[in-house]
Amino acid sequence: MSIPSLQVDPSSFQLQRLRDFWRLLTINRKVSVGLWILAFFVLVAIFGPIIFHQDANALGPDILQPPSPAHWLGTTQTGQDIFLQVVVGTRVSVVFGLVTGLVATIISVVVGLAGGYFGGWIDEVLSLLSNVFLVLPALPLAIVLATFVAYKGPLTIGFVTVITGWSWGARVLRAQTLSMRSRDFVEASRASGETSWRIIFYEIFPNEIAIVAAELLGTVIYAILAETGLEYLGLGDVTTVSWGTMFYWAGNNDALLLGAWWWFLPPGVCISLLGAGLAFINFGIDEIANPRLRKEERPKLAKFKKSGKAVEA
Amino acid sequence: MRHLLRRIGFYLVALWASATLNFLIPRLAPGNPAQTLMARLHGRLTPQAQHALEILFGINHDPLWSQYLQYLNNLLHGNLGVSITYFPTPVSEVIAQEIPWTLMLVGIALVISFVLGTLLGVIVAWRRGSRLDAILSPLFTFLSAIPYFWLALILLYVLGFLLNWFPINGGYDTDNTVPGLTPDFILSGLTPDFILSAILHGVLPAFTIVISSIAGWLLGMRNAMITTLSEDYVLMAEAKGLSSRRVMLVYAARNAILPNITSFALSLGFVVSGALLTEIVFSYPGIGYALLEAVTNLDYALLQGIFLIIAIAVLAANFLADLLYVALDPRVRLERN
Repeated sequence: MSIPSLQVDPSSFQLQRLRDFWRLLTINRKVSVGLWILAFFVLVAIFGPIIFHQDANALGPDILQPPSPAHWLGTTQTGQDIFLQVVVGTRVSVVFGLVTGLVATIISVVVGLAGGYFGGWIDEVLSLLSNVFLVLPALPLAIVLATFVAYKGPLTIGFVTVITGWSWGARVLRAQTLSMRSRDFVEASRASGETSWRIIFYEIFPNEIAIVAAELLGTVIYAILAETGLEYLGLGDVTTVSWGTMFYWAGNNDALLLGAWWWFLPPGVCISLLGAGLAFINFGIDEIANPRLRKEERPKLAKFKKSGKAVEA
Repeated sequence: MRHLLRRIGFYLVALWASATLNFLIPRLAPGNPAQTLMARLHGRLTPQAQHALEILFGINHDPLWSQYLQYLNNLLHGNLGVSITYFPTPVSEVIAQEIPWTLMLVGIALVISFVLGTLLGVIVAWRRGSRLDAILSPLFTFLSAIPYFWLALILLYVLGFLLNWFPINGGYDTDNTVPGLTPDFILSGLTPDFILSAILHGVLPAFTIVISSIAGWLLGMRNAMITTLSEDYVLMAEAKGLSSRRVMLVYAARNAILPNITSFALSLGFVVSGALLTEIVFSYPGIGYALLEAVTNLDYALLQGIFLIIAIAVLAANFLADLLYVALDPRVRLERN
């Protein structure tokens, strides 16, 4: 005797999950706006340099031209096309931000979860370490590090950014892990003899995925801002084209005093847009996770009765 | 009391860590300042002069631990080495000359932005869902993502260069004043003209720092406030018929401000970093500008000195925020007893 109603087609189940996931992403306006912006920049990073297959450093005869049909965003003092530089720089900066953000987040996950789960002296040492890095001013430390390392390039900048960017997430995740350590499901898996690392990464970690995502986005913003700041100071490899090095050359050639607004405007707009997009996703996740932050459609007269009810959440 | 002692202990450790990092970073990286200076002098040095330079920069070939002890000893005596850029001025003197500018600029901008941001956050949270909230919250999210130095460039270009409303570089008018903040200069040179020009030069950098950092306080306060607004005691205050202003400020905001004070302490380092870049864009005399000089001239001693001073300043401000927290939140005091 078969029970047809219980035989769920696994593919339709997966489709349902995918649809749920999609619904979760699009139900919040902030998240969907942020995702569109992020998608745009990722697409430019992937396909931009393929479509505009030219050397962004190539010099040209048109020197310091304002935007025109020939050069959509104008040219630099050495005749380089700024539109081309922005497009090519997008790949460098976006890839840099994502990779550095990811590495820093992995470190903060390992440190935060290990500290929170094991407790004792491991926790003491790890949280002291992350608290110290949290209060140390990151950018000055990054500048000192980047100046002393002789090799100038994305690897140095990335290393410096990771060193100075992991501590906040570690602290947040530690607090969360601490509150999860003595929950029933963790006790149960401990009783059934699972290894500590398995408990940490298979039992606890999945419950913190929203925090980790927020952490990742925040770190990516920090990484891009830190990269541009360091490169603006000339601490990166000034021969590669990225948003930060564009600032460096614009500053070095007195673009401001020459009135060449088209030189320093576009990379800044890109950074702000991308940063805002990531921040929107972040706040959106906050709203999904914390219903109190959500905008509710409420009848005007009953405003405070309704918000009083939300206390139970 | 135990809580405070723990915090003091922590800040001492953090201070020691930043000093040690400062010691280790240059020694782990190849090369040393004397070699840099010698390379800049293109080997025109006799071995004796080279030796003298090495002594001057405190470079010796003792084992690392003994160098470390010497370094700590020097720090305790306020000896930060000699600057190459302003050779042979000691680093501590260079910093002492620059720091009043930074303290004034960043201090004032920080207080304005914190107070304004927190107040706006309270109002936006109170009128949640209104048009004000719908416009301000996304706007400030966008502002929070703008790099400080880029906003500085834009403001400089539009308000300074195009409209000529503000001077485009420096911290005061060089025409009618003597540069430098030496004691006798303060006594003799602090004319109304000078003060006016200093204010005029400071407006744009301060404005940049306020605009770039205000979003953090606003959004943080808004979220904390919204969580507090759904507490029972707020509902109770409403039910008693208290004026909405009283409920908003005395019942909700007063409790919601606590997390914002913590984040004030923590994001201080971030704001100071942004302020440094702002100073660089405006060629404003201060720590940030000295930092740029140190970076471009590979002036390691100055660089390290500046990092140490910034670290100390940020740690001190964090400690103040901790004290404030204890004073504001009785729970912190009670919990520990």
